[in-house]
Amino acid sequence: MKTKFSGKRISSIIGIVPELESFFDDEVENYPFPAKQTLKLKKVMGYKKHRVVKPETAASDLCIYGLDYLLKKEIIRKDEIGAIIVTTTFPDHFIPPVSNLIQGHYQLPDDVVCLDISQGCVAFVVGLMEAFMILDHLEPGKKALVFSTDVLSKKVSKQDRNSYPLIGDGAGVAIVENDPGAKEIPFVLHNNGAMGKALIIPAGGSRMPSNAETAEMRDFNGDGNLRSLDNLTMDGTGVFNFVQSEVPPMISELLSGQNLSIEDIDWFLFHQPNKFMLRKLAEKIGIPYEKMPMNLVENFGNSSGATIPICLTFNLAEEMKENVYRCCLASFGSGLTWGAMIIELGNLDVCELLISNC
Amino acid sequence: METIYKILESIRPESNFKNSENFIDDGLLDSFDIVSLVNELEEEYDILVDALDILPDNFSSLNAISALVAKSGGKIED
Repeated sequence: MKTKFSGKRISSIIGIVPELESFFDDEVENYPFPAKQTLKLKKVMGYKKHRVVKPETAASDLCIYGLDYLLKKEIIRKDEIGAIIVTTTFPDHFIPPVSNLIQGHYQLPDDVVCLDISQGCVAFVVGLMEAFMILDHLEPGKKALVFSTDVLSKKVSKQDRNSYPLIGDGAGVAIVENDPGAKEIPFVLHNNGAMGKALIIPAGGSRMPSNAETAEMRDFNGDGNLRSLDNLTMDGTGVFNFVQSEVPPMISELLSGQNLSIEDIDWFLFHQPNKFMLRKLAEKIGIPYEKMPMNLVENFGNSSGATIPICLTFNLAEEMKENVYRCCLASFGSGLTWGAMIIELGNLDVCELLISNC
Repeated sequence: METIYKILESIRPESNFKNSENFIDDGLLDSFDIVSLVNELEEEYDILVDALDILPDNFSSLNAISALVAKSGGKIED
């Protein structure tokens, strides 16, 4: 898909992370590798610390923490909410949708659109796409809320050195609204379902319901990492090569379609898988490091679809309140899916990173 | 070549790279070891390895790694 959205803007963005920090140095002994070897990844991958939710916390809790804040600060009123779009890979339950739980929690009217989207790393970009489209059909003055939330620490084995250190929990919330004066938003989205199993949680769905056997910890790849079929597993080499092959041409396609160059973009706000992958992407595309924050994994972990709002609020909160920037948002991951947009961000009513008690 | 051996042994001290004909097939290096290796090669030889060259075949043997370093503009002296 390649298109442009008109008359839409993001008026507020918040990031929400849990208060509990887990430190890589403390986890090293959990991994079945010599500590010296594991610690070599610290600098390269950006393994330092990550944030994880409490055992009782679910995906909607982070969203509600964020919306409570927005309502309390009167950034949005309940009667302005026309749509609740939630992107997550690990909802509170299979049924009902998280968006309905949020609508119910706030006792919002029954004509509020509630939509859950099962997306991982690309979730924020896909959620914005849905919001842009839904806004064309809402009453004047109504706004769309995009929640990207994930608590994947619950689906990753603590004995899997290739996954657990980089995973973080978190959420982002964006208020999206109609604005006839807003600049066009060029947008691209690609999918390759044939590679879908490169990032997969094998069990727990209808193909392979969870049971005692799927919960058994095993060394599936003979690499020493222990995980079960209920855990997230990733073909690291396959995903890395997919990202490095597909993302640079996507960015070129997006920029050249607007007669723009790297220099015309103020900020490249990319999904944050790990520091190494981002550094290699920046080199390949020719993006100066200072235009592309890549410090999320070392501070919070990779929170799947929530990384872009958390990255933005962590790195650019003050700048985004007072200035306007031409930004390139890009994300890539499970599906496999990759998408990007060029959007003006700034003069935001709120741009803050919240530390939740979830 | 000895420098590359030393880097490999620092990443996987328990592995015997000199007795292996294919580091990947023999399970001496996994994808995360390759990330560490690329980073150390870049620092040692002051090079930037092209992301699209980070493929298992380019790390399967000492000759393959040496060729990658050379392709990336590095000079193998030993």
